[in-house]
Order: sequence, then C-alpha cells, then structure tokens
Amino acid sequence: MNLQIDGRPAYAYTGGKPFDSSLPTVVLVHGAIDDHSVWGLQSRWLAHHGCSMLAVDLPGHGRSTGPALESIEALAGWLLKLLNAAGVERALLVGHSMGSLIALEAAARLGPAASGLVMVGPACPMRVSPALLETALNDPLRAIDMVNSFSHSSLASKPSAPSPGFWLRGNAKALNRRTQRHYAEAGFGNLFHHDFTICNEYRNGLLAASQVMCPVSLVVGDHDQMTPAAASAELGKALLAKTVALPAGHALMGELPDAVRAAIQAHLPGNA
Amino acid sequence: MPGFNDPGFDTLALHAGAAPDPSTGARALPIHLSTSFVFESSEHAAALFNMERSGHVYSRISNPTTAVLEERVAALEGGIGSIATASGQAALHLAIATLAGAGSHVVSSSALYGGSHNLLHYTLSRFGIATTFVKPGDIGAWRAAIRPNTRLLFGETLGNPGLDVLDIPTISAIAHEHALPLLVDSTLSTPWLIKPFEHGADLLYHSATKFLSGHGTVVGGVLVDSGSFDWDRSGRFPELSKAYAGFHDMVFSEESTTAAFLLRARREGLRDFGACMSPHTAWLILQGIETLPLRMERHVGNARKMVDFLAGHAMVESVGYPELPEHPDHQLAKRLFPRGCGSVFSFNLKGGRDQGKAFIESLKIFSHLANVGDCRSLVIHPASTTHFRMDDAALAQAGIGQGTIRLSIGLEDADDLRDDLNRALKAARTSTGGAR
Repeated sequence: MNLQIDGRPAYAYTGGKPFDSSLPTVVLVHGAIDDHSVWGLQSRWLAHHGCSMLAVDLPGHGRSTGPALESIEALAGWLLKLLNAAGVERALLVGHSMGSLIALEAAARLGPAASGLVMVGPACPMRVSPALLETALNDPLRAIDMVNSFSHSSLASKPSAPSPGFWLRGNAKALNRRTQRHYAEAGFGNLFHHDFTICNEYRNGLLAASQVMCPVSLVVGDHDQMTPAAASAELGKALLAKTVALPAGHALMGELPDAVRAAIQAHLPGNA
Repeated sequence: MPGFNDPGFDTLALHAGAAPDPSTGARALPIHLSTSFVFESSEHAAALFNMERSGHVYSRISNPTTAVLEERVAALEGGIGSIATASGQAALHLAIATLAGAGSHVVSSSALYGGSHNLLHYTLSRFGIATTFVKPGDIGAWRAAIRPNTRLLFGETLGNPGLDVLDIPTISAIAHEHALPLLVDSTLSTPWLIKPFEHGADLLYHSATKFLSGHGTVVGGVLVDSGSFDWDRSGRFPELSKAYAGFHDMVFSEESTTAAFLLRARREGLRDFGACMSPHTAWLILQGIETLPLRMERHVGNARKMVDFLAGHAMVESVGYPELPEHPDHQLAKRLFPRGCGSVFSFNLKGGRDQGKAFIESLKIFSHLANVGDCRSLVIHPASTTHFRMDDAALAQAGIGQGTIRLSIGLEDADDLRDDLNRALKAARTSTGGAR
C-alpha cells in the first residue's frame, strides 16, 4: 500500500490482502535498519484472519522515502499521519525494538484510539553502548555483524522464517546491509548510526507509558542480549503490562514466529 | 570474536541448522524419511499452504532433514538460505528457470563442466533461452555479450577443467552495472576456499555430490542466495516483483525484501519441476560437511604435492594449476584463493591419445570414473568423456586438448599417490617406445 506522508512516498505491506479500514487494524513497526518484511509471517497470518494489516516501512527504510526522522517522537507523529492517511480510526499497535518505542509513543498520543499495544523486544530507556555507537559510526558493516550476532539465540531456530531452509542470521544481516546501503546511496548517510542514536536518546518512555490507556503486552526474549528482559521491567510496571517471556533472542519474530503472532492475536477482539 | 555469538566456519560446519532433537534427545540429526507431515488442524493446513506459517507440508517442497542442510550451506556461504536439489544440474536449472523464460538470454563462461554446457547450449535453447559463451578472462567479452533480454551472468569459480579463475569482483560489477545478477558454480572450491558472495556474486550453487558430500556416495545440489540482489530496482524480473498467479498472487519481493528469489524458486520451480533432494541424501551430505574443513585442507595439501611432482616430470607437457606462476590466472588466484585452488586440476601429457589411454589404465589407486571431489583420488580424460559433445572449437575455448588428463586428488597418503602417478607415467612413456 503506497501513501504520501508529508509529501513523501510511504509504504505499508498489507499481508497479501487489500487493506480494509472497516476491519480491526493491526499496525506493525519494525526496528532499526529493518523493514516490513521482518513481520512476514505475523502480518500474512493476521491479514488472512480478519485483520487489516499495515506493516510499515519507516521513512528511509524499505520502500518509504528518506530521510529518516530525527527522533522516536517524530516517528510516532509520522505513524499517526500514516494511520490518518489510510483512514484508520482505531488500531492495535505493535513494534519491535526501536519500533516498540515508536508504538509506545503513538499509543500514548492515540489514547482510546489505540486498541492495544504490543512491545516486542522492548527496553526503556533503550541505551546503546558507546562502543556499539562508535562502531556504528565508523564501521557500520561491522556493527551490523555485531548486532546480528547478539540478536540471535540459536544456530537452529525451527522451522525458520519465512520458510524452512532459511538461515536466520544471514537473512537478518542481508536486510540490514541492504537498508544501510540504499540509505547511503540515496545520499542520506549512515542509517545504522542514526537509528541507534535515536533509540539511545529517547527519554520519554515512562511519561508516554503514563498516558497509554489500552491493554499492553511486553514480549521479551529470555536470551535477548540486545534488550534483556530486565531492561523493560520498570516500563512494564508503569504500563501494567502483561509480560510474555519466550525462549528466544532479540530476533523474536523470526526465531518464534507463531508465539509472537499469538501474543499479538491475544489483543484482537474475541481473544483478549 | 568467534564464539557462540559469532561462530567460526568449523563450528558452523557441525552445528548450523541443527540442534538435539526436541522429541527424542537424539544428538545426531534424525533422517525424516516421511513424504508428508500431519497438520494440527484444517486452519493450520491452510496457513501452511498460504505461507502464513512456516513448516513442512510435503517433502518435495521441504523436509526437516533437508532443511538442516539448506541452512548449513547457507551459513557456510554467508547466504540467507538455500534450496537443496536432486543434483547440481537441477540447482543450475532451478536458478535459470526462476529468472529466465523463452526469449531470455544468459551470458556464460565457456570454461564449464560439460553437463552445464549441454544444458545451456543444447537443452535450454530448445526452450527459447539462448546463451552466449565467453572466455572467462575476457572481461570485454562479458560486457559486450549483454543484451536487453539478458537475465543472468554465469561462471564457475574455478573453471572446469583448466581451473580458469573467475574474476568474481569484476564480472559481478559488470553484471550489477546492467542490473543483472551473477550466478556462480562453486562446486570445485567449496566455501572453505572461497565465499563468492563476499566478492560480489549474488547466487551460487554446488554440486553437493562432490566435496560437500566428499565420499562419492550421493548425488545432490544446493542453490544459495546472498539476499543482496535488488530484484525490484533491477526492473528485469517481473517473476519476482509482480503478482504471481501461480501462488496466491504473491509479490515475492514485497513479501520478503531479501528472500524473493528463494521463495519463488521453492514455490514454483521446486514445486512444479520437482527436482527435490531425498532426506537420506541430505543426511549423507551433512555427514560430509561436518568434516569439510579437515578434508579440504588435506585435499589441497595433497594436490599441491601432485602438482609439484607432475610439473617436474619429463612426460608432462603442462600442468594447469593456478598456484603455478605460469598459469594465466596466477595473480588472480593469489588474491581470491589464498587457501589454495582445490584438488581438481588437469595436465597435458606428452604424446597423443594412446599415451593418455596407457596412463589412465596403468593407475592403481586413482579410479577412472566421471566424478570429482571424492575422498578417493580420481582420473578422467575429458575430451572423450565429460566434454565429448563439444566440438574442437568449443574444446579449445574451454582449454581442453586430446592429451588433457583431469585428476581429482583425494585424501590418500601423498607418497602412494605420487608412486601411482609415476608408475602410470612410465607406462605412458613405454607406450611411445621410449623416453621423450
């Protein structure tokens, strides 16, 4: 689905079915230097089970034109504009990692128009180590390798995603590299460093949490080395969130696609 | 830093894609000899068929044992995933059939395995896919051969049988200038010697029959995707960037930014042509891969000793091994193959076919057969066997003469191999009626 937000092309994958704003809408927000395709199995299933899907490409990622926006707050504002452009009045907001912070901010601003919030691999604050930020600045390909190493908990996550025969670590790295390359080729610079910087600088999480009115789930990986479960404990209390702990790393959607989908599904009408 | 977070090659060769079986605790990989897999419910069945969930349906499309092989080879190559096929030829066909159709064109290196040459020159032309063959080292010829309907550039990492070294960085750059992918056959090199994706290749395949399996027991292939080629931006591949009526109108490049090629190849080519791999075969290839690093080191070590021996022998006219300074691709090989150039190479015997016949028939340890990459040493005469359908001009372009002998050096004691070659060379000399 192609839209125009602030005069720039924006894209959202609709799960293989036409978008229908009369159905319950689920919005999926990817993390740093990723795009909509990290949600492939969740979005396709939900689209074929009574939901309208908007798995967005954030500005400068995937098929949405850059540049990237300057903060988590700005991205939340962009997301609300996208919902407005798509004619969505109420939505379940789901985000992964950086995307979880964007979904949190957006849920706070939507108030009752947010039917639920699912934060996958969250942390608040989402501090990034100075060493990683420095590597992201000076050697982003090496930083991509580091992040992918830390994001996966296993050498054999079954049945793999998007289908058997895929090597999750390699696929995640290839997506990061492509996103980084395209952003640089478009003349916008170092997207990895940008994304990790705005995660590191975001400070509004607990205030935003106090404004969230909808049911919230935190989906955390027991073996997550990027955003360990403890890093979202205070946020979980502030949100009165249900915590779903899964035996996975940070790359939850690929390592345990069905379990992540089930956590989202629990927020849909008739499943709460 | 190598470790669990960033495992090294040898660790991946043993562990990538496999874990102890959750239901039995079996440490070694079980062989799932089952054609099909039970659905949890009708809803589960529908979700699997529509790619809403990941899992196994029918072993022509995927199988738990075969999937481990696919993940492992992808991990070793630095790819995103792979598809195991019935043979290396099936992998080449699957790659081309996914990207090309009637009216399409391929630019290929002329230094190819004879079976690949057959497929491109004779068989695919019958289906409307034309191929222009170029000498792998003639960079200008690659560029000049590209047409508006070209869909693929193709070559072997180490060309068969002369070990022409494919200049992957340069050829891939030419391909990418024209928004085309580069496919390479990495059979003779294996990821232990070179990872073509690190040098710019987009797709690769193996005849896993050879070094990956390593024991001459099974026939199989693996097609691997780097995930780096942008099918959308290219604009030449509607098969991947437009809705496919044959699979729920899926737009593969939209469904997965990186995995469009493999998704279409599995859901069209593997599904419809059906050249899948048996899980038993996959298991045997995995057994081979577990020792690939150890075997390749020994293969290369033995090969170097045989090259040295042959290069200094009076009955040998020339040895085609890129580590020798006189090989035309010596400098390129030093750059791309720092670990060595494998253990399959050719040499030219002085004399004619009679001497070649005497040489081959006098060998005791080397087996005369049509294969390479076995743990046992092998020998063949390409002009009369693997490449016999090629005319003299094509043979010359591929660097094959009537006196060319191809060896695949195995893992035996090097002294024994050297003695065997020496004995056979003496027999060849005798057949000429005296030393030359």
